[in-house]
Amino acid sequence: MSVIIILMIASISIAALFLVAFLWGVKSGQFEDDFSPSSRILFDDKPAPTKTV
Amino acid sequence: MASPVLTDGKILCYHCGETCLNTKIHSAEKNFCCEGCKMVFQILNQSELCEYYNLNENPGINQRMRVRKDKFAFLDDEKIQLQLISFQDEKQVHITFYLPQMHCSSCLYLLENLHRLNPGVVSSKVNFTRKEADIVFLKDKTSLREVAETLTGIGYEPYISLNDLKEKRPAIDRSMVYQIGVAGFAFGNIMLMSFPEYLGIDASEKGLLNVFRWANFGLAIPVLLYSALPFYISSWKSLKHKFLNIDAPIALAVIITFIRSAFEVISGTGGGYFDSMTGIVFFMLAGRILQDKTYRQLSFERDYTSYFPIAISVLKDNKEIPTALPDIKPGDTLLIHNEELIPADGILTRGKAFIDYSFVTGESLPVLKDMGEIVYAGGKQTEGNIEILVVKEVTQSYLTKLWNRDEFKEQEEINTRSFVHLLSRYFTFILLGIAAITAVYWQLHEPARMWPAITSIFIIACPCALFLSNTFTNGNILRILGRNHLYLRNAQTIEDMGRATHIVFDKTGTLTSSRQQDIQYEGKPLSENQLQQVAALADQSNHPLSKALAHHIGRARHIEFSRFNELPGKGIEGETEQESIRLGSYSWVTGQTGHPGGTSVFVRFGDEVYGRFQFSNHYREAIPDLIHDLRKEYRLSVLSGDNEAEQETLQKLLGKKATLLFHQKPEDKLRYINFLQQKGEKVMMIGDGLNDAGALKQSDIGIAVAEQTNNFTPSSDAIIEAKQLSRLTRFIRLCRANRNIVVASFVMSIVYNVIGLFFAVQGNLSPLIAAILMPSSSLSILLLTFGSSSLIARQLKL
Repeated sequence: MSVIIILMIASISIAALFLVAFLWGVKSGQFEDDFSPSSRILFDDKPAPTKTV
Repeated sequence: MASPVLTDGKILCYHCGETCLNTKIHSAEKNFCCEGCKMVFQILNQSELCEYYNLNENPGINQRMRVRKDKFAFLDDEKIQLQLISFQDEKQVHITFYLPQMHCSSCLYLLENLHRLNPGVVSSKVNFTRKEADIVFLKDKTSLREVAETLTGIGYEPYISLNDLKEKRPAIDRSMVYQIGVAGFAFGNIMLMSFPEYLGIDASEKGLLNVFRWANFGLAIPVLLYSALPFYISSWKSLKHKFLNIDAPIALAVIITFIRSAFEVISGTGGGYFDSMTGIVFFMLAGRILQDKTYRQLSFERDYTSYFPIAISVLKDNKEIPTALPDIKPGDTLLIHNEELIPADGILTRGKAFIDYSFVTGESLPVLKDMGEIVYAGGKQTEGNIEILVVKEVTQSYLTKLWNRDEFKEQEEINTRSFVHLLSRYFTFILLGIAAITAVYWQLHEPARMWPAITSIFIIACPCALFLSNTFTNGNILRILGRNHLYLRNAQTIEDMGRATHIVFDKTGTLTSSRQQDIQYEGKPLSENQLQQVAALADQSNHPLSKALAHHIGRARHIEFSRFNELPGKGIEGETEQESIRLGSYSWVTGQTGHPGGTSVFVRFGDEVYGRFQFSNHYREAIPDLIHDLRKEYRLSVLSGDNEAEQETLQKLLGKKATLLFHQKPEDKLRYINFLQQKGEKVMMIGDGLNDAGALKQSDIGIAVAEQTNNFTPSSDAIIEAKQLSRLTRFIRLCRANRNIVVASFVMSIVYNVIGLFFAVQGNLSPLIAAILMPSSSLSILLLTFGSSSLIARQLKL
């Protein structure tokens, strides 16, 4: 039945991985500003020349 | 793409979307309302940033009031720089600017492309919720002042106040989020590994069962030592003050559960209750985070320093030297520019001061001061430049002294007012009683079962349900109110709002709108032509009454004046080809002495006095209805720094029983609140200006009214958007419901507790029953609190 123990270790380490990902996300401020990133992705890096003179 | 022309013939400014008075100002086939807006457009156009206008329609900020050229000269001062800059090395400087004008994705686009407008900028990153931009620039290519001026040039003037000179703001405390992360991780895994415990396991696999138990033991340790920390800290603090708050029994329950479970695992007698323990911690942290949700863009702690500028021009040997405010000494001569704030009490030495004290004293009209008179800090100069000789340091001025009153200095005590703590105390005593009786019983009959029974009681019956129902109801109500633009400082404010018995209003800016005035004309009728002349003349002046008058009449065509003269304190005169016009005070226009009462502007064409424009305060639309509702349930008062001109209107509005007080100085307001409190009233103060700041702090609940939430409000317990004031009665009702919901869900949780205790006193609480009872009681409480508070909000149409 030692396979259960391997499975247990595997499941806890995956969960721990998610915990680390969550802590990292909070630490890097990803939950602070929910407006900018969603708008920023819509801007082109180099907008088409919109000069209108 | 040209400016959209509206159906009624109005043309909207391409930049800011305001109505253009004419089509004279245009560039690239687009119309602008003013030169300022046009200039911003041209800057953006040159840098190929016109994407700005494609993202949102007319996203700009109106530029009619341009910023004075040397306004940011103080940023060249190294001492000031050092205090603003967050980090610098040999090459780069990092600075965070607060840009209150930021409002849409176009702003975001423009501000993050700042490097195209100013090549010295390396990067700029916007935090939209906080309305801040983190800017990195190269020292040798540009300067702090130039960056600030670039931002100002495109309409985002950085707001730099005296407050920025203080210590850096503390970083946001995220520890509770980490704690809930750890608790959630442990809770989930322990539940999973407790399945053999719940469902039973074959006797041959006993070794495996032990592995699972020890794993649970290991997972529960971080929860005990780290996640539950806030409860230990809070209960320790309250015990030091000899007060039993709700966190104390909770901390006790967590520790007892752990010890009992650890004992079971080590002795091999059972699996313990690690699942219940971690689950409780997880749910309670969730409730607490929900309740403590803060509005980061708002500040409830503002004092005069966030209202005062950081630096001011000091005149020395006829040179303007920008000086940081704390360095100003009595004897310095300050140059106050038009529209600038007077930072220290002083004597006027040059120019005519026309000072708008509305924010400080509540007077609605600017006050004229002559040379030699004393001007107080906090007023705003409205016409031309003046010079003042400082007599008192900034921190010693009349206004700032009000803030430094000793009664406000007392440290924020721990939250001991809530009824929840009282309820939990009864609960704890009853619990201790039951535990004692059980102990005695088992001691007599079967001593071996005493400890399991007692620990079970503490595990099952910790007041977590009360805690959960309280935090989740508070959290949901805060969320509902926030959605309706009433922002509360914290959860305790909900209870305080429900308890108020006396409501005190400020007049200027709260009941009345400071931006609008009602104008009525009395006297000999004016022809359309004459009206136009009056409007054109009034438009030449910056006096608030002239501005209001020009706006009231509206201007259709341009009229040339051959001569124009403005006499501060008297009025304005102008000459057209046909005749001369005078607008102004009674004595100046009519040549007679006396005062006709009220606020009015007299008109004279040639030698004939035609009549007068009467100005009265404009009450916010919803105020009559609101007062009507409140009159039934509350005692009302109005405190005004203004004159009695409105007494009759107000008395009619508020009813005979209401108290009306005029000419109230800031400390008078504070004293009045204090007086009411000594009579045993719970006072709710609603005000808007610095003049109300003392009263707002003194009252049991102070609500600051803001035209826009990013405007500056004095420190208070709550901030409400002016438009929402009409719904105040409904907000109060929702806050009152809070208590009932908490009590109802508490009663429900007692039912669960009785069931649990039934097993616990017998000393045979099986892990399975605990595992079912704990989450199901928590979840049903969540449903009840959320459901009923949302339902009440819906009934109140919030």
